[in-house]
Amino acid sequence: MHKLTRATLAFNGLGRCLIAEKHLSAIKITSRGLVSAEHGDDSGKNEVYDVIISGGGMVGSAMACSLGMDPNLEGKKILLLEAGNKKVMDKVPENYSIRVSSISPGSATILSGIGAWEHITKMRCKPYKKMQVWDACSDALITFDKENLQDEMAYIVENDIIVAALTKQLDSLSDNVQVKYRSKVVQYAWPLPHQAADSIPWVKVTLASGETVQTKLLIGADGPNSMVRREFGIPTVKWNYDQSAVVAVLHLSEPTENNVAWQRFLPTGPIAMLPLSDTESSLVWSTSHRLAEELLELDEESFVDAINSAFWRNENQSELIETAGSLFRGALSVIMPSAGSPRQLPPSVAGIGPKSRVMFPLGIGHASEYIRHRVALIGDAAHRVHPLAGQGANLGFGDVACLTQLVSQAAFDGKDLGAMQHLLQYETERQRHNLPMMAAIDLMKRLYSTNAAPAVLLRTFGLQATNMLPALKEQIVAFASK
Amino acid sequence: MGCTAGRRPRCRAGLRSWTAVCKQRTLWLQRSACLNTQQNTVPCHVSARSASQTTVDPEEVRRFQSLASKWWDEQGEFAALHAMNDLRVPFIRDNLLNVHRVRHPGKPLRGLRILDVGCGGGLLTEPLGRLGANVLGIDPVGDSIGTAQLHSSIDPDLCECVCYRASTLEELAAEEDEAEEEQGAGQFDAVIASEVVEHLADLETFAFCCNQVLKLGGSLFITTINKTNLSYALGIVVAEQLLHIVPSGTHDWDKFISPVELERLLESNGFSVQSVQGMLYNPVSGAWSWTDSTAINYALHAVKVRDDPHTEQAGGSSTHPEDHHTTATHG
Repeated sequence: MHKLTRATLAFNGLGRCLIAEKHLSAIKITSRGLVSAEHGDDSGKNEVYDVIISGGGMVGSAMACSLGMDPNLEGKKILLLEAGNKKVMDKVPENYSIRVSSISPGSATILSGIGAWEHITKMRCKPYKKMQVWDACSDALITFDKENLQDEMAYIVENDIIVAALTKQLDSLSDNVQVKYRSKVVQYAWPLPHQAADSIPWVKVTLASGETVQTKLLIGADGPNSMVRREFGIPTVKWNYDQSAVVAVLHLSEPTENNVAWQRFLPTGPIAMLPLSDTESSLVWSTSHRLAEELLELDEESFVDAINSAFWRNENQSELIETAGSLFRGALSVIMPSAGSPRQLPPSVAGIGPKSRVMFPLGIGHASEYIRHRVALIGDAAHRVHPLAGQGANLGFGDVACLTQLVSQAAFDGKDLGAMQHLLQYETERQRHNLPMMAAIDLMKRLYSTNAAPAVLLRTFGLQATNMLPALKEQIVAFASK
Repeated sequence: MGCTAGRRPRCRAGLRSWTAVCKQRTLWLQRSACLNTQQNTVPCHVSARSASQTTVDPEEVRRFQSLASKWWDEQGEFAALHAMNDLRVPFIRDNLLNVHRVRHPGKPLRGLRILDVGCGGGLLTEPLGRLGANVLGIDPVGDSIGTAQLHSSIDPDLCECVCYRASTLEELAAEEDEAEEEQGAGQFDAVIASEVVEHLADLETFAFCCNQVLKLGGSLFITTINKTNLSYALGIVVAEQLLHIVPSGTHDWDKFISPVELERLLESNGFSVQSVQGMLYNPVSGAWSWTDSTAINYALHAVKVRDDPHTEQAGGSSTHPEDHHTTATHG
């Protein structure tokens, strides 16, 4: 294009036209008030944003809303880059989608603060009041419930609905937040130190369309295989679990109040049934890769049978464990006669939803640094966990709240938004919260992955004892609800 | 990352020998003996400041000239000043918001004209510009102004709000004086002199010029160091010679001024002191904090309540020493 213009204009006097063209681009650039003109750089658009968020998933969109609504950041230029299409949901689809998240009350508060929770409740969400977690290898079980079954423990919300609600909220913030859909990033460039002459000290982002944008603060919310994390060379501790999760929508045999979340630890991995409505639930079954593939191959009837027997059958229990378990329970009931709850069985499944089952691999990952100069990671880009505790999305929303508060304060103090001081504070605060949670989840996963008697005994006693201590259960629920 | 490591000041054991310290004290004593015989125009106690019509001390200018390129290295010589922004920016912002009650979310200081005297590399000027104020930074050291201009030119948000000039306060005040008839007294809503008065030659002129350039009801913010034994021990011996928090020779204890004296000086120049607050630097964490004691560092906020009576008197500089002398005998 450039060459063509030059060629045609060559007939009118090459020199004059080239100069005119350069002047034109210089004028365009200076009218935006940009600096690159000084460096004779006419690489086209080179806008400087205050914040760019890379990745428009649940956590990235929430971050964009949160920054856009903050009064101290009014007038700042915020850009959200999303590689996919805009997810608009004019009407809630009749069929439930298979990917769901458990949203804790803390996350619900954060979402309500950014105005998205209202949209979610209007669309569709299912609060649940009780959770029962039990072992396949023994009789041990633990139930979490709020005292009088009045308050919600958490909410099951489809991921699509969360993203659609956030998109709707972003539409209303179009003055402060600009969103670019279908913009895939191909390259990130480090900010050069200010001492280097002729350097541009902002992070430079190159899109697939050839456009480049610059920013004072880049927030990476681009998921577990984060490109931001990779490009900035942030070391990550990660490994794959030898497990995949199979997800599907289940139709229950008969309508029930369905406000309980069920999770059973099988030796191959936990199977969870999360309520979606009175007649439908969501399945998340983490198991070995081989078994997961087999499950996907089964026809509907066999698959339903497999699910029901996974929840109901007791063949894994050995006599030793049974005896030890009942002895221990007897002892505990002498000490605390009123504590403990009877084991309930989850509702039986009759069929599965119209959308097909899907499997995806599971792993754990943690970025050793959440931040660099002018860069911050949030959500799965910073930490990735096993779905057994339903905490992945909640950790991400916690990151959003923390980083927004610190960036807002920095703006009110006139600081450079990409400065290390407040980013370091974000990293410290979130690592302090996230690491114990991740360690606990990983420990649980390892503890329940085995059939070996000592481990089973340990976890049996542990679970039974915890079940009998309401104070300890309250602490666990409080920690998970943040 | 190495950031946390870099933030701690280098604690070299480069202890200057006692003889050198003693020499400094003897010099001070000698100088004070000399001054007693000179005709001086400052209040009764001995001061190392000479009587001059300029606030600028050429020694100081020379010293800061050599450091001009180092302003923006956050872990370098000026690390403590960078850290001080955590205290002084909120101090200035909140006190100005108390006075001017119009709220602009996102740009709390919009519409205010601020003068940053002795801005150096623009460490304090830039945050104030980001808060929406229209800031003019002046400094007698040309190289510092160059550094400041270069640094602020990179940020498109700052280009419009922040500008710099290599000038002294008196030169600026003289210009303002000429323009006064058309625009009325004083142009600035606030004047900031942070870590400046301990480097000045003549404080009376400084206070007078501040009064001239300020609007009535405008604010004056000063942060400086108290003149106490503790400030000598910590501010000079420990900070400069032991811990190298500040480059050696930056401060001259004789030029420190106590809050009481500063208050007296300002009140005789048409100001009313609103608040004085002590500040404390923690060399381990590299952070400042507010404290009750003003024994070492302190911040002061004063408001111009009346035009300096001396501005009404016509005539050149020759009348000034007499006026100051009069104040001294009455004070």
